[in-house]
Amino acid sequence: MAPISMEAKYKTTVKEPGIPGVLKMTEDVFTFTPYDPRSAMKLRVDFRNIKGHKFSKDGSKQALLNLTQDSEKGGGYIFEFNNFTERNDCRDFVGKVLGKFQALVSKQNDQPASEKSAVSHEQLSTIEMEHRMKLLREDSELQKLHKELVIGNVLTESEFWATRKNLLDDDSDRTLKQRTGFKSAMLADIRPSTDGRTNKVTFSLTPEIIHQIFAEKPAVHRAFLNFVPSKMTEKDFWTKYCRAEYLHRTKNSVAAAAEAAEDEELAVFLKHDDILADEARRKIRRVDPTLDMEADLGDDYIHLPDHGILRDGCKEIADSENDLARRTLAQDVNRHAAVVLEGRALDIELGDTRAVAEALARSKQESTADTLDEDSNLERQERVSRMTEIEDLQAPQSLPYAPLCIKDPREYFDSQQVNALKALGGTGAGSKTIDYSLNTEEAYSYLMHQISEVKAQGLHNPIVQSEVACKVLSGLTQQISSTRYHLGKNPQESVLDRLPKRTKDEIMLHWTSIQELLRHFWSSYPITTSYLYNKVLRLKSAMTDIYQKLKAIKDVQSDFRHQISLLVQPMLQALDAAFAHYDAEEHKHSKKNGAKPNGFVQ
Amino acid sequence: MKFQIEDVTVYFPYEHIYPEQYEYMVELKRALDARGHCLLEMPTGTGKTVALLSLITSYSLSRAGDRPLKLLYCTRTVHEMEKTLAELRLLLSHIPPDLRRSLLALGLSSRKNLCINPTVLSAASRDSVDSACRRLTASWVRAAAAEDPAVPTCSFFESFDRAASSSNASVMLPPGVYTLQDLRAFGRDKGWCPYFLARQTIRYANIVVYSYQYLLDPKVASIISKEMQRECVVVFDEAHNIDNVCIEALSVSIRRQTLEGATRNLNRMVQEIDRFKATDATRLRTEYNRLVEGLAQRGSLPITDAWLANPALPDDILKEAVPGNIRRAEHFLSVLRRLVQYLKGRLQTENVETEGPVAFVASVNSQAGIDQKMLRFCYDRLHSLLLTLEITDTDEFLHIQTICDFATLIGTYTRGFSIIIEPFDERMPHIPDPVLQLSCHDASLSIKPVFERFQSVVITSGTLSPIDLYPRLLNFNPVISRSFTMSLTRDCICPMVLTRGSDQLPVSTKFDMRSDPGVVRNYGRLLLEMVAAVPDGIVCFFVSYSYMDGIVNSWNEMGILQDVMQHKLVFIETQDVVETTLALDNYRRACDCGRGAVFFSVARGKVAEGIDFDRHYGRLVIMFGVPFQYTLSRILLARLEYLRETFQIKEGDFLTFDALRQAAQCVGRVIRSKADYGMMIFADKRYSRHDKRSKLPGWILSHLHDAHLNLSTDMALHIAREFLRRMAQPYDKAGSGGKKTLLTQEDIERMSGDAMEMF
Repeated sequence: MAPISMEAKYKTTVKEPGIPGVLKMTEDVFTFTPYDPRSAMKLRVDFRNIKGHKFSKDGSKQALLNLTQDSEKGGGYIFEFNNFTERNDCRDFVGKVLGKFQALVSKQNDQPASEKSAVSHEQLSTIEMEHRMKLLREDSELQKLHKELVIGNVLTESEFWATRKNLLDDDSDRTLKQRTGFKSAMLADIRPSTDGRTNKVTFSLTPEIIHQIFAEKPAVHRAFLNFVPSKMTEKDFWTKYCRAEYLHRTKNSVAAAAEAAEDEELAVFLKHDDILADEARRKIRRVDPTLDMEADLGDDYIHLPDHGILRDGCKEIADSENDLARRTLAQDVNRHAAVVLEGRALDIELGDTRAVAEALARSKQESTADTLDEDSNLERQERVSRMTEIEDLQAPQSLPYAPLCIKDPREYFDSQQVNALKALGGTGAGSKTIDYSLNTEEAYSYLMHQISEVKAQGLHNPIVQSEVACKVLSGLTQQISSTRYHLGKNPQESVLDRLPKRTKDEIMLHWTSIQELLRHFWSSYPITTSYLYNKVLRLKSAMTDIYQKLKAIKDVQSDFRHQISLLVQPMLQALDAAFAHYDAEEHKHSKKNGAKPNGFVQ
Repeated sequence: MKFQIEDVTVYFPYEHIYPEQYEYMVELKRALDARGHCLLEMPTGTGKTVALLSLITSYSLSRAGDRPLKLLYCTRTVHEMEKTLAELRLLLSHIPPDLRRSLLALGLSSRKNLCINPTVLSAASRDSVDSACRRLTASWVRAAAAEDPAVPTCSFFESFDRAASSSNASVMLPPGVYTLQDLRAFGRDKGWCPYFLARQTIRYANIVVYSYQYLLDPKVASIISKEMQRECVVVFDEAHNIDNVCIEALSVSIRRQTLEGATRNLNRMVQEIDRFKATDATRLRTEYNRLVEGLAQRGSLPITDAWLANPALPDDILKEAVPGNIRRAEHFLSVLRRLVQYLKGRLQTENVETEGPVAFVASVNSQAGIDQKMLRFCYDRLHSLLLTLEITDTDEFLHIQTICDFATLIGTYTRGFSIIIEPFDERMPHIPDPVLQLSCHDASLSIKPVFERFQSVVITSGTLSPIDLYPRLLNFNPVISRSFTMSLTRDCICPMVLTRGSDQLPVSTKFDMRSDPGVVRNYGRLLLEMVAAVPDGIVCFFVSYSYMDGIVNSWNEMGILQDVMQHKLVFIETQDVVETTLALDNYRRACDCGRGAVFFSVARGKVAEGIDFDRHYGRLVIMFGVPFQYTLSRILLARLEYLRETFQIKEGDFLTFDALRQAAQCVGRVIRSKADYGMMIFADKRYSRHDKRSKLPGWILSHLHDAHLNLSTDMALHIAREFLRRMAQPYDKAGSGGKKTLLTQEDIERMSGDAMEMF
């Protein structure tokens, strides 16, 4: 990361005015040098001492960045920047640096001295790190587990995540897919601001605004490509543009005409946009015939000039004396909405105006390539006939549907359970378990039969009768939902919910950690390396701890003793099995290497 | 489905039918049986068009005698024509194939929409397309081309002409339904000109769909609809504005540009005459001889030479010879020159002048020496002269045609018209723009021949209230005149009258209140609240373009527009048709993709006339203000006076009637079927008054609860939320309990069985 330096004011509290100076940040140190050399406020702080950073909201009164030393005490270094973009640059920089340090710290925590050799050399990118942190933040259960196992030194970070690879992959894909469209707000309609004292007006343009201007006003876009930088600088170009906009806003057509006559570049902005007109002519041919009012124009002879009633108050005569286009607000609004609807086709970072302009030109070229043909005519006709049908006079049509995508299965199944219960008349989860188990031969022969059938007949559509599929789906849903449901939701049905909340939480927590531990435990066998051996040792000790705790819960005298013991028993059994396996292995091992002195025997 | 209405087997393209559709068909059938005219008001969203088409088609199939009944279906716009043809196609697919084989339906439009010749199509406007076509297809051009192959002709027309002369013209187009697009495709396929193919085929087609003007405007009707037989059913759909169309068909206005153009035309004609005198003097002499013999029209012209006919109605045109003093071309031109000069003089007035045709003709006679009879023959004389001079670029000669139109009209009619000369537009008094307008006040004039010529004329719309006014305005006697109500399974429309804004102050577009910033802000707040609460599409109607421009600009300044954009995209109707069409297309796409959008439109504009905002394209319509006509317009005042004198209709009543039918028309576009739902907000305090409200059609009034008559913005918002929540529930389509809102085949059979027993 390249070091950055920014003009900033250093202050110890938010209120005070602060000392102006330069803030310079490198990868591990930041320094602050006041402009006033006499000032004592020279700083040089190692980033390792910084625990976090806070900042004021964009658009608030001051652009502040607070680097906190200690989250409890709250003391820190407060910097005020000239504007938010500068502040944001610094903030992002600090964020990256701190992220790296934290990653380092956690990595160090992850690596107990005994096993530096094996897996710990995994280098994590900051993105990955951030991603993991985000996952933990979003999922509190996972966070708890992580805290207990990783921070508690039972598992290493990488071991913990190794079993959750799918989580990591899946999400990283999703973040890329979402693309933002244009803002609904009319940014291109920039308004000048005056300072009230002088006659100066100020326009401010951001990359976002510029992009929108390019998209909505192809003439400006073309002018930019033609003029910049060969004929004028970018700044001059935008100054001219703003000047034209100002003339347009003031509605002073005489002044506009005068200026346009003098300055041909300026005239480009004020003239009628011929690219738009072309585009309109092209688009009008593809328009739905049921709204094509253009076809109507002149179909009746009233549109002949001077026929019909001219001046009855509803028709207004547009004067077309001025060839400088009278661009109305309505046109702007329509154009803007059309562009927003088209969506943003660019994938490049906004900022470099030239690059944006060129990318836009490319994407336009692609879109103009497609032409009108008979297919679109057919499609239009279909659309018209669809539009004309009266829907409730005929049988419902099978509409194309989107595939079901369940984001949170638990929520879905729970809601389904409620429905199922309702359907059953509140008699409880009466789902019957159907025995679907087949032995291998039967399954094999069935499969073979199916395959041969498909070979003979080809896939027929639908493969499964829809009613059958529906029945199976609802059956499955009910079944799954009822089992998931009983894990602790319904106050009437679940044993868990009758327990006090604390006990319940405790048991749930133990249950998830036992699952995790056992998974790691069993996956470590057969033990081939000393790393695995160490891991098993750690796991076993953690399991023993939990075993003790569970025992303690079980032995507590309370009204729920029976239920608790029922719940805890299977967990204990699972742990017992693990211990037994461990002991057996250990025994085998020691028998094999009987001569070898070892300290493993308990 | 297929069922019987008395002795007619009706084919209906759906499995179910609404009871009102059934009733509508029964009434329609009685009118057809009686061979009389009828007036039917049926709420929008009850499938009027399909009921009409299916009954009339089935009726003509069942009466397939020597002269089968023909259906002339008139729509106001081309896109409505497309919709009608689409419904027709659906209907035809449900008619048994052996019957279907005898059915031919097609739409007819101008050359601009039908031409496939690329060189002709490149012309910009409709008139230049017409004249570009004429340049290639006029009879003398083709005659010249026969001698000299270098003269360009239209290959599509040539091959059409060859095919038409060699084969039976009635079988050139196979049975089926042809939209304009289909005709073009067919023409391209065969290499035939679709326009002339359609022009020729409408004589043989069972169903012709075209624009109102093709029947109502005498200039067009006498060319296109001349040969239609008496056994026709003429349907005017969406006919609530038919009186205005009739009036416009007979109105002409002359501006300074017209007169300048006419002078240019005259100069050009003088040159042409001189040229002909030098080269081909016999032509002019034969024309003179023909005129002496009293043949203003040269009998039947080739199809390509016909152009706009006499603007007066066929019955009123004298079957006499052209008066002697305009038979010679030079004399006629000097008469026209004098007329143009006279009109120029009249336009230079400082004051507004209003005159009747009789007084005007008298003053023309005394000052320019042109009598009434000469005026009356102007158009035919001009027509003959232009043909003699072999002029093909007719678009250049529109100005002199306008002058002759005007002359013929004032020479023919003595009442029902007035001539109004205004030196400037009332709203822009500082810009001199003199105009002379001949405005027709009597809607019955231009529709009279239609009622007389055809067996049955059906006038139907969603808003014909009060239904007894139309027979008076159009001067006819309907055998059946009925207004249907809507039977609903649930209250799927929710009209509201909003009288106060969020600050409890009244809102209105009354002239003294409309520019009040408080009212503007209240209207804006209303829109903003609704935009946040209502899903999908919202349509707003304003009273005029200028008002819409003003209020949208103020909203922009106030920041309300930006807030609205946070919720929905905004589209605005402009005077530019192309832009508006694209905006509408985008609006639909925004609603389709779930983004949601608002469309700002004008109550008497093009969008309000014929675009549907059904289903998710319009869940809410807000009518900002009462769309009164511009009451200071001289033409309107003259018309009101005429109505009072002739029909004893009070000015105020007519204005309210006219405003409310526009409003009802605007809000009525939200409903397409009973499964659809939508809200309507009438945002003006004047709607709460009984005299205004009672003019709304019955199907809206029956849903307008007393509790919804005097709302403020917050109450309206509350009602809207409730309504939307209620509508989101699943419902019983067929209607439960005693009243059925959806009939099946069995229901219909039982009903007709019951009816039989009653007799």
